[in-house]
Amino acid sequence: MPNEKTLGKKVSRRDALRIFGASGAGFTLGAGGATLATRYAAAQDVEGAKSNGLDSRVPFFGRHQAGVSTPQQEHLQFAAFDLTAEKASEVRDLLRSCSGAAARMCAGEPAGEENYETFLPPDDTGEAFDLSAARLTITFGFGPSLFERDGEDRFGLAKKRPAALAEIPALPGESLDEARSGGDLCIQACADDPQVAFHAIRNLARIARGVAVVRWSQLGFGRTASTSKSQSTPRNLMGFKDGTNNIKAEDEDLMQRHVWAEKGDGPSWMDGGTYLVARKIRMLIEVWDRVSLDDQEKSIGRHKYTGAPIGKEEEFAPLNLDRKDEDGEPRIPEMSHVRLSRQSEDERILRRGYSFTDGMDVERGQLDAGLFFICFQRNPRKQFVPLQRRLGQNDALNEYIQHTGSALFACPPGAGKSGYVGEALFEGD
Amino acid sequence: MIQRRISLTAAFFVSAVLIAGCGQPPTSSDETSGEDKKGKKTEATGGETTNESTTVNIADSPELKEGTERYEKYVAQQTELLVERTQKFTDAVEAGNVEEAKRLYAPARVPWERIEPIAATLEDYDPDIDAREGDVPKDEWSGFHRIEKSLWERDTTEGQAQYARQLMKDVEGLQGEIEELELEPVALVTGSVELLNEVSAGKITGEEERYSHTDLYDIQANVEGSEKAFEKLRPALEEADPTLASNIEQRFDSVYAELEPYRKGDGWVPYTEVKEEERRELSQKMDALAEPLSQIGQVLKG
Repeated sequence: MPNEKTLGKKVSRRDALRIFGASGAGFTLGAGGATLATRYAAAQDVEGAKSNGLDSRVPFFGRHQAGVSTPQQEHLQFAAFDLTAEKASEVRDLLRSCSGAAARMCAGEPAGEENYETFLPPDDTGEAFDLSAARLTITFGFGPSLFERDGEDRFGLAKKRPAALAEIPALPGESLDEARSGGDLCIQACADDPQVAFHAIRNLARIARGVAVVRWSQLGFGRTASTSKSQSTPRNLMGFKDGTNNIKAEDEDLMQRHVWAEKGDGPSWMDGGTYLVARKIRMLIEVWDRVSLDDQEKSIGRHKYTGAPIGKEEEFAPLNLDRKDEDGEPRIPEMSHVRLSRQSEDERILRRGYSFTDGMDVERGQLDAGLFFICFQRNPRKQFVPLQRRLGQNDALNEYIQHTGSALFACPPGAGKSGYVGEALFEGD
Repeated sequence: MIQRRISLTAAFFVSAVLIAGCGQPPTSSDETSGEDKKGKKTEATGGETTNESTTVNIADSPELKEGTERYEKYVAQQTELLVERTQKFTDAVEAGNVEEAKRLYAPARVPWERIEPIAATLEDYDPDIDAREGDVPKDEWSGFHRIEKSLWERDTTEGQAQYARQLMKDVEGLQGEIEELELEPVALVTGSVELLNEVSAGKITGEEERYSHTDLYDIQANVEGSEKAFEKLRPALEEADPTLASNIEQRFDSVYAELEPYRKGDGWVPYTEVKEEERRELSQKMDALAEPLSQIGQVLKG
């Protein structure tokens, strides 16, 4: 019964410091790296410790949306929505309400104010009461279909569509499920507590009811990248460190060059924004687990346990692609994941993916698991697309993975205190 | 459906008849529930009710009062229609006329589905009339769905006369109870949302009419019943929140529009013809309506 008495009741706090979740390793588009970090050392990550204390709140408002350069949280709930609304004003109102609720939740407050009216369902669904904000970030993005769908300018926004938001072309080696791809809007909720992340998506989907419906949703249970120098490199489900060479938030010049859209890049409503590419990558883990250690390392181009480039000992040792072994063969094999990922400095991206499992694949009788890859960049056509085209053609890992979902979103800049995310798109000229 | 609970109501309206029969009160503070089996008439005090921890002021406007009375009349009319149509249906079953019985089955259930949350709070009538296979012990199973199974699965009325007679008796018993019924405004509030929850939680999957596939009759009737409760509350809601009122109205329209393509003759296409993605769209339209509708409790704020 939703009365004050029961809501005030102490619920045991579910999420202690996630010792194991905080360590990790990585893959896709760039790889590994070694520190001597043990699981326990990883647990001492600065932000991991903070998430349990009073500093567990990440500001929602700001020049950029949070959830991009924020040191990556341990858990993800991601949702793509289709708009059922017909008027731009409905979408605008939705973004306004969602921004308000998001700001509240990121501050550790309920999604709405009215939670004690006897005759009404509470505004907030309640499962995050008594939990900390857990460094929750909520990031909104707009898909290509918001601007144009089947040639139709649905909301009068077609002329504001950035060139960088061109649909991702068909790429080699993918087998995409339409129902798990695309979407008019996306909301990425990241937190150090999975219940806090789920709560955010649930409440925003509720607010959206009647204006937008969930198209697909993905839960990610462990980060597969580090986006800050304060974090250790996590491992992905292949058992390798992932994201050693990722762009880190502290590298402001790299963020500026590769991640944030700048004035003059495209329409001004995206200045300070970024583009999100999400790829659902199924790993055929049963197959991978039968591969010898040597072949695993050659496929990636790094040592499994240290994350160091092959032939080196330190995770962060420079990845020198010119090194040869005694037979004159390249130490980092031609088809290895890290070599193919490092062909052009211009293609660098900020990776921010998560491991997932969707239970069991009943057809194969195998575990359905993999990487829910997320990356941010200034222009997907110049970064993700050429990078993935090369990987899709040649990557030694292709034997063990399959891209099954794909989506692209333009994440506008952050909102000012009295504004909302996307304001410049809906209110500007 | 037997699992239904009007839990909000149960905790706060210990005096209303609606509560009395709804079984399994969620708290032990619901002291009177044990005494009022079979929906014995008790007068609600109207202005203020209490339970152990909370004092709740309930709005007591003339609009609410009038709306509730009009809704009581609607419930009575629908019950009369239920009796009438069930009579024809059970006559056909008893006469061994399979085709006629099949034709009359879904329409007979329509008035039941329109007032289901109210009817279902009256003691045992819900399981007796509307239990599906497995809801109750096998030897106690009777009602519409028992006959449905025989008609569609075995294509016969054989052995069904006893269930037809029992069903008629139960429906008439229900009518007797309904005549005595006095509702509180909160019954309209919870009932209207609950009818849609019925659809979202169960009917959308086709499990209700698993043999006859006449689910669209039920779904349309649930929506109509919900709309009736909303209409009666509307004058009060117009004062509390006119935007909400017009929003709900639009969403009702959009649900009806979603259902429209499935009409066939006087009735509806078999639910098996509604594809998975179409069911999902219908479900999402229901959710889009139920969400603002769940806010109409505002009219009860004192």
